[in-house]
Amino acid sequence: MFLINCPFCGEREQSEFKAGGEAHIVRPKQPTELSDDEWAEYLFMRKNIKGVQFERWNHVHGCRKWFNMVRDTSNDQIKAVYKMGEKPPIK
Amino acid sequence: MSINLRFKTSKFIDETYRVSFKFNNKTYFGFKGDTLASALLANGIHLVGRSFKYHRPRGIMTSGSEEPNAIIQLHDNSSRTEPNVRATEVEIYEGLVASSQNCWPSVNFDVGGINNLLSPILPAGFYYKTFMWPASFWEKYEYFIRKSAGLGKSPKVTDPDLYEHNYIHCDVLVIGAGISGIMAAKIAAKNGFKTLLVDEKSYLGGSSIYDNSEFSKINNQLTSSWLEKEINEISKLENLEIKVRTSVAAFHGYNFLLARENLTDHLPINQRENKVRQRLLKIRAKKVITATGSIERPLIFDNNDRPGILLSSAIKKYIDLYGVACGENNVLFTNNDTAYETAMSLIQRGIKINAIIDNREQVDSKISYEVEKNNIKIYKGYSVVDTYGYRRINKISIMKLSKDGQTVIGDKTKLNCDCLGVSGGWTPAVHLFTQSGGKLRFREEDQVFIPDVYPSDQISIGSCNGDFSLEEIVKNTLFSLKKFFNIDNSEYKTIEIISGLNQSKRNIWLLPSDKSIGKTKSFVDYQNDATSKDIKLALREGFRSIEHVKRYTTTGMGTDQGKLGNMHALGIISETAGTKMGEHGTTTFRPPYTPLTFGTIVGRNVGEFFDIFRRTPIHDWHVANNAEFENVGQWKRAWYYPKDNENMHQAVQRESKAARDSAGILDASTLGKIDIQGTDASEFLNRVYTNAWSKLAVGKCRYGLMLNEDGMVYDDGVTTRLGENHYIMTTTTGGAANVLGKLEDYLQTEWPELDVYLSSVTDHYATISVCGPNSKKIVSKVIPDLDFSDENFPHMSFKNAKIGNIKCRIMRISFTGEQSYEINIQANFGKSVWEKCMEAGKDFNITPYGTETMHLLRAEKGFIIVGQDTDATLTPIDLQMDWIVSKKKYDFIGKRSLYRSDTIREDRKQLVGLLTENPEEVLEEGAQIVSDVKKSPIEMLGHVTSSYYSPNLKKSIALGVVKSGKNMLGQKLIIPMENKNINVTVADPVFLDKEGKRLNAKL
Ligand SMILES: [Zn+2]
Repeated sequence: MFLINCPFCGEREQSEFKAGGEAHIVRPKQPTELSDDEWAEYLFMRKNIKGVQFERWNHVHGCRKWFNMVRDTSNDQIKAVYKMGEKPPIK
Repeated sequence: MSINLRFKTSKFIDETYRVSFKFNNKTYFGFKGDTLASALLANGIHLVGRSFKYHRPRGIMTSGSEEPNAIIQLHDNSSRTEPNVRATEVEIYEGLVASSQNCWPSVNFDVGGINNLLSPILPAGFYYKTFMWPASFWEKYEYFIRKSAGLGKSPKVTDPDLYEHNYIHCDVLVIGAGISGIMAAKIAAKNGFKTLLVDEKSYLGGSSIYDNSEFSKINNQLTSSWLEKEINEISKLENLEIKVRTSVAAFHGYNFLLARENLTDHLPINQRENKVRQRLLKIRAKKVITATGSIERPLIFDNNDRPGILLSSAIKKYIDLYGVACGENNVLFTNNDTAYETAMSLIQRGIKINAIIDNREQVDSKISYEVEKNNIKIYKGYSVVDTYGYRRINKISIMKLSKDGQTVIGDKTKLNCDCLGVSGGWTPAVHLFTQSGGKLRFREEDQVFIPDVYPSDQISIGSCNGDFSLEEIVKNTLFSLKKFFNIDNSEYKTIEIISGLNQSKRNIWLLPSDKSIGKTKSFVDYQNDATSKDIKLALREGFRSIEHVKRYTTTGMGTDQGKLGNMHALGIISETAGTKMGEHGTTTFRPPYTPLTFGTIVGRNVGEFFDIFRRTPIHDWHVANNAEFENVGQWKRAWYYPKDNENMHQAVQRESKAARDSAGILDASTLGKIDIQGTDASEFLNRVYTNAWSKLAVGKCRYGLMLNEDGMVYDDGVTTRLGENHYIMTTTTGGAANVLGKLEDYLQTEWPELDVYLSSVTDHYATISVCGPNSKKIVSKVIPDLDFSDENFPHMSFKNAKIGNIKCRIMRISFTGEQSYEINIQANFGKSVWEKCMEAGKDFNITPYGTETMHLLRAEKGFIIVGQDTDATLTPIDLQMDWIVSKKKYDFIGKRSLYRSDTIREDRKQLVGLLTENPEEVLEEGAQIVSDVKKSPIEMLGHVTSSYYSPNLKKSIALGVVKSGKNMLGQKLIIPMENKNINVTVADPVFLDKEGKRLNAKL
């Protein structure tokens, strides 16, 4: 079970959190302008990387804030956490 | 048994404290300090069970948690019965009752033993190959297989014991209190770390605590004496907590571990009352030191499973720790020096050793010379090729090994014995390390897997790290700990080790036989009866991956997870396949390390504490008025209120009729309520609902449908504008938490610029819904000050009011199609206001109704229930709810998806009404809908989502989803059931009062 460093609360057990999929996918500002394929790209296509992945997490049983996490999915090492809207601290 | 097998020399056994226990209905005696295994051995009993597949007689093989054979049932037929308990781990107590498993009618005569004779036709994969085909016969085979197999019996009555869960946070966790674990705990605690030391045994010190050999000394003291002083010292340390009888079950990532602390299993039953039996410790440690030791390997030869064959180290432990001789005429069979330590322990007590069979040509250590000096014959370069004796070994035959160890040569010699100790070297117990995600490395010299890459702040020390000699253990433990703690000095200034053992080993995974492999039974996994022959067969049939071989042969799949034989299985695979050991990797060791009871896993979360129940503020009234309850999420909702001897159908028919004829009352407190405030609240609602919100006047209510971004219906409910920048949204009961989460997600991540604040207020209010043609009269009596005229208070509007001093919000909204008022009051006034309504409604036959009637009433009106009539594959268009989708709004969640190529298909499943040909026939919810039953395969057009008998319409009504259903009005379809086809006609889903007259009806 991970120990997650919530950017707002500090280290907490994984059971307090909810994973929310890939990070940095911005909802299109003008969805109606998009073709089916472009909309499908936003809606369905996710990378699901084995290795370093940028993810959204929610401290659902804590401060309820969403934040981003950089996690190596091959060994579950959390490389960084950062607030929504911030630039990833790692490439 | 006239011979005395007990040597009164052990300080771990209290001979003044005699303990009686029962094994297979016979009473025996042992002493306090005995395990069930040591007590049985002291009584001359080796045969304790039958093997799983061939029902071969099996005896005690080991002295610890790795035991594959001596698996017994404790307290059979009592509430405390427990199957699959290792006799080697059970500490005996007065009144203990144990029995053999997997044998019928008795362990000495077992009907299943016939399988042993049939074994040539019971090879690996036999069950898969034979019984899985034809598939339809499986049910018949299964019955017989289950009857003749099985490991133990599960308890049939409630567990009387208490269990609990504890969280522990520490700086350092040391797993295993052998010599290296004790040293680690001392260094950690003395360097200021808050330390927890755990060991699965009841005593500290591991195998070194009974090591009284002159051949392994520390600072010129016996290892046991030196260690005793160390234990004495650490037991006084302040920041060290020690837990014995505590077995680490799982080592997860981020140094999170689960351990079971056993508190009462060693006590007589009558001393266990009101005590916690076992505790599941949830440990989060900053640093973990694994010192779990190693497990002696057996040797794989023909008939290596007879009772009386034990690990050599187990024989040593039984004599040194428990003072019990496993046999009177012993033979030891080894490929390394550790068996000579066992020999010395036996020699010291004058127990006969007939011979030592050693695979090695060269045996030249101090300890082996000492053994030879005692006139014990050592057969060097020999191997055991067979054993004899049915219920107990009585003879072995040995032959010389060829130079390459691949064959046996020369004459066969037979030797008598009643006990054979085997030693194939040692396997580091890396189970927990690999569970944590650690990567292993194969060490060629002595053919062991050892820890290589650590995934967290942890370290393995001692023999679980591949250090086997006392010298290496002590030296490397100190070296690694200094590095691990980043300290210059350990607590140990000088440590002088004397060791008389040599580390040479002649490793042969599968020992050769003079017979062909097909004629041998060399067991690799004792518990699952997997032999070397089975593994070779699997390879011949093309299996290569160790994970596949494991499943095909069931090697390592028993409750012991193959702690003894997994390495041999790997060895035989690589030898047979001609690959290098280590290339195949190892099988995955999964938690728990040793089995856990269900009680420990669930702890206090049993009965009413299994899950949280949410009760409305009016719950007690429902209970007092005979309500039956339905679980909706965690809520307990009143389902229906049976009167006299009504069944559910009768109660629901009465309630439904009353609600339409006069008045009904429903506790709607469970509906999710979200308070929405902020200057952008209207804009926010515009974006999350499909319809428009900006123009909703203050004091008005509107129904809204919420979609997912994929266009599918997610939730629905009525939202009321309380003020210019203030709304209260209602959600479905089950969807409340998810809707709040979804709204927060969009606000925080997509639209952080919006000035909107959300608050869940579900629990803050009680909601009472009064409906029916007389509802207005009733609420007017409850709130006489409020003008309830249709002009002042029309449908879909809201008023603030007071009931006495209690503020309330009243919404005139309807889920039943009747004139209906929802009173929202502060939760703690819920019950009193409900009672006021009941009082006021007395003259109008006000009838409390539950969720079942609510479902029926809304189905008459064709109102959907999200989650019942929808399943995340339906758009509002599919639901024939086009009217609620705004064409004017530029964007809302899910809008773009409503005209994807897939969502605009005409042949999507669409919501329709269904009427049965026979109006008395009520369809089954979930039933398939087809048009042609003769077609093969029958094309499924959809399914029934809601179905009821309507007392108001006096006929059966149903909702369903049907492909292209929108255009099928009036068309005949078929609901095929098990023994009949039901004819239905597609209808408008609104069955009652399509014009909505009843909403404003005046009686
Ligand atoms: Zn937080």
